[in-house]
Amino acid sequence: MRISKRVRDIPPSGIRKFFDLASRMEDIISLGVGEPDFPTPWHIREAGIYALENGSTTYTSNWGLLELREAISEHLNNLYGLSYDPEREILITTGSSEALDLSIRALIEPGDEVIIHQPSYVSYVPCVLLANGIPKILPTFPEDEFKIDPNRLEKLVTDNTKLLILNYPNNPTGAVLDKETLLQITHIVEKYDLFVISDEIYDRLVYGVEFVSFPSLPNMKERTILINGFSKTYAMTGWRLGYAAGPAEVIEAMMKIHQYTMLCAPSIAQKSALEAFKLEDEVKRMRDSYDQRRRFFYNGLKDIGFDVVEPKGAFYIFPSISGFGLSSEEFAERLLREERVVVIPGSVFGECGEGFIRCTYASSLSDLKEALRRIKRFVASLEKSSTLKK
Amino acid sequence: MEEILTLLEQDARLSPEEIATLTGKDVEEVKRIIKECEEKKIIRRYKAIIDWEKAGKERVFAFIDIKVIPKRDVGFDEIARRIYRFPEVHSVYLVSGRSDLKIVVEGKDLREVASFVATKLATIEGVTSTETHFLLKKYKDDREIFVEEKPNKRLAVSP
Repeated sequence: MRISKRVRDIPPSGIRKFFDLASRMEDIISLGVGEPDFPTPWHIREAGIYALENGSTTYTSNWGLLELREAISEHLNNLYGLSYDPEREILITTGSSEALDLSIRALIEPGDEVIIHQPSYVSYVPCVLLANGIPKILPTFPEDEFKIDPNRLEKLVTDNTKLLILNYPNNPTGAVLDKETLLQITHIVEKYDLFVISDEIYDRLVYGVEFVSFPSLPNMKERTILINGFSKTYAMTGWRLGYAAGPAEVIEAMMKIHQYTMLCAPSIAQKSALEAFKLEDEVKRMRDSYDQRRRFFYNGLKDIGFDVVEPKGAFYIFPSISGFGLSSEEFAERLLREERVVVIPGSVFGECGEGFIRCTYASSLSDLKEALRRIKRFVASLEKSSTLKK
Repeated sequence: MEEILTLLEQDARLSPEEIATLTGKDVEEVKRIIKECEEKKIIRRYKAIIDWEKAGKERVFAFIDIKVIPKRDVGFDEIARRIYRFPEVHSVYLVSGRSDLKIVVEGKDLREVASFVATKLATIEGVTSTETHFLLKKYKDDREIFVEEKPNKRLAVSP
């Protein structure tokens, strides 16, 4: 059997190797996950049980439950003053991952260029490649707190540029874009007639800064597909439920692919999610808890001597390890083998992620304390061996 | 203040330094707030939540609903005071509903609790009836779930 060239050309995920290594080890502390450490709030789980008991086990409309689309529309209006027509401008998807895939496939012609800032989530580039698009990488740097430099963005635009993918608050850096930078980006988007996919899955997890939803900026609603979901805010990663909101024309095109490939998002998850928007107190409680651990872990890393940008969103921190003379993959692999702490090498998130590691601080305080102790010991052993070499 | 109190309510052993890091406040400010809360008795005391059953020490608890005739001028307070001074009594609440007071009593066995109810509680002037519910199994106490639940393990690595 010959696998298609398109798929063969996609490099395997760099995370896989660490998964295999870690799964064979005991007593590991994992800072390598991309999800909350809370279980789904009980109100939502309880609604799920009720939905099962009640027999809500059938397909829903291809678009998703109208009731849920209405709730999402109201939610986006309350938070960001956005008004989306629940009947034509919102599509419920199987995780925000599906919304990402659908929006790229709906918009990209073979050869179209898509600008993707990095370090960023691992799916963007493969999804563009699968749609026969050409990813154009826009690196971001710790000097800019991993924010997009609008000048650098503008230089990357060509006649073939069709799309810009934004992901702030960012996985893996925890960066959040300020309004001024966002406005500069909107000018470039308008000037070159680009379309934007804004993956705002971490929108509710920002600390001490304001989050601005991209389509809420002047003239951006008609140029943006907003992607969000329930996984991070409501700790529902395993339920696989996300959504896209945008211009009816694009949403309808996405819906066309969705109806033939996915049919509809899981009905039980949709029923349960209706409960989610009622849980603002829980959202705040979880956010406050991440924020406490964010401060704790950031200070801990700084005390050890890491060069690290303070993250303002999501639940990741992205310290530099370039001073230790190891690649990020070597660093992560040795940290795992020698101290049994899982972190993700920054290179997984793009070339400019080399020299960094991603740590998730959505872990218990006791695990974070122990992880810091082990990382400190590991770093001391590296410094010792490098002094010996000298 | 509320954030510090909430943290201490979850883990009273957090040091002022740790609380300062978690909340982004200054250590001295945290110390001052805690001291103030202790002085004002906002923080009553620090304690551990113990699973005595696991420790192999069986204790008997009973929830007792008490109906009383309130006294002129002092209402329920005087009877409540007579009850809460017994060291066997863990908690005393004035409640709405069919009974007036709801109390929690601890003893080393059933007989000891029963005897306390019969000889000490029921005989207090103004107490018209008692209804004793012995605790059979503790599922959750003070927001702590006491029954073992198999934790769901996250994958060690995910994007």
